[in-house]
Amino acid sequence: MSVLELDQVVGGYGDTQILHGVSMKVDPGEIVVIIGPNGAGKSTAMKAVFGLLNLSGGRVVLDGEDITNMPPEQVVRHGVCYVPQTSNIFPSLTVEENLEMGAFVREDDFQPRLQELYGIFPPLAEKRKQAAGTLSGGQRQMVAMAKAMMLEPKILLLDEPTAGLSPKYRGEIFSIVKTVNGTGTPILMVEQNAKQALKIANRGYVLVDGKNKFEGSGQNLLDDPEVAEMFLGGGAAA
Amino acid sequence: MIEFLNFYLIPGLVLGSIYALGAIGITLTFSILRFANFAHGETMLLGVYITWSLVQFSGLHPLVVLPVAAMLTVLVVLGIDRAFYKPFRSSPTIMVVIASFGMMLMVRSVVQFIWGVQLKGMTQGIQRPMVFFDSLRISPKHVMIISATIALMLAVHYLLSRTKIGKAMRAMSDSPELARLTGIDTEKVVRMTWIVGGAMATAAGVFLAIDTHIDTNMGFKMLLPMFAAAILGGIGRPFGAVAGGLIIGIAEEISSYPWIGTEPLLNPGYKAGVAFAIMIVMLIWRPSGLFKGKVF
Repeated sequence: MSVLELDQVVGGYGDTQILHGVSMKVDPGEIVVIIGPNGAGKSTAMKAVFGLLNLSGGRVVLDGEDITNMPPEQVVRHGVCYVPQTSNIFPSLTVEENLEMGAFVREDDFQPRLQELYGIFPPLAEKRKQAAGTLSGGQRQMVAMAKAMMLEPKILLLDEPTAGLSPKYRGEIFSIVKTVNGTGTPILMVEQNAKQALKIANRGYVLVDGKNKFEGSGQNLLDDPEVAEMFLGGGAAA
Repeated sequence: MIEFLNFYLIPGLVLGSIYALGAIGITLTFSILRFANFAHGETMLLGVYITWSLVQFSGLHPLVVLPVAAMLTVLVVLGIDRAFYKPFRSSPTIMVVIASFGMMLMVRSVVQFIWGVQLKGMTQGIQRPMVFFDSLRISPKHVMIISATIALMLAVHYLLSRTKIGKAMRAMSDSPELARLTGIDTEKVVRMTWIVGGAMATAAGVFLAIDTHIDTNMGFKMLLPMFAAAILGGIGRPFGAVAGGLIIGIAEEISSYPWIGTEPLLNPGYKAGVAFAIMIVMLIWRPSGLFKGKVF
């Protein structure tokens, strides 16, 4: 059974319809990447999962449970964590306080989890008492991801985790995504840096105009001349 | 010099402490609920009258009944939030601000209706000041007000920096949207904000009443200096609000010291203008305040 499944999802903001029937799924242990041109509804599809969108059609199913149109604060409690593209940390709180807030809904002792995450994100352990807003872009992204991981989610949603980062940090974030995934958390992510993202992905979806255009394994999409032509900056992928 | 301490600096410190306590609520509501709460002065007023009634009823010292009075005031404030502000939670800020303006008038009218408009005293009799080094005179009530203020500020500091709900308050002040996405119980945070703001406002009002007297305009008169303090310190910075309160309280008092010649620099009648002037200057020169608060 898939961890997450979108079935013919239709919806948008107010009167503007953005998604015209998007279907995708994430299986246990997978990294799934959504790519596509600007305005294709990639981030919107992700927001649809998280209850940030009014869906007029289709279903979102988490672990066999229908979570269509469930408000975000409930979706979190059901084990989905979402890292928005921007303002995804509390800048005036320290790194450690940010992670503690990530664990807000936990009633049990989250200290072991905290230590585990410091292991995955060593720079954060070093800066745990520092205000998160003072960190570099890449480290902020780490805070945002670690914060989301505090809940040991069933699935992690990442909205363009490498946007605005230097190539050095981009590589680092992708390797962290792999590490996090290696601990057993499936990941659904939207990425602009499609080539790099597809390389670490099990599968990918290409959205165009709010509809599925292509799908396949990361490698197949990279090798597909049409996909390469349209979305990977031309030419066959290296 | 000693005259400056006795009649200007110490009263300034007392007034500043009162502003500081009041400004904590303003700055928290502003940053967490995202609106300028004009009714905050009336929360203070209500707290004062409830305390007065409890003192009349029990014959105890105002400080002893203060916790009970603060609790009752907070209950009223939570009721008001539930009935009047909650429906506005996702409305544009300006609507909530205007609603709070209406609430200000309503609460004051209710207080005037229940308790009347004549002046009252919180404590009776005149206290003899304590004399140190033969010349430094401090009245016991001032010592009490300043030390109680310090204790309350330490409590607020503990709450915001050490407890889960306090950290969640700061988180929500950083970003309400992210707080929601993170699963923080935002309604609980809102309630805690009213609790802290209401309790501090009650304390501030009672201290003012002990220092001076009780009248039904005292809340409104405090509103401007409290806002000035919150803005001076930076919106969303409770300790900025404390610093701002102290600065404004002291500035108001020492503005009438005869700095040049023998006449007061500023006629004491213009004291209230000092807070206003500081607020305007800050808004022009540095809207984020001394401690880098939010600018809306």
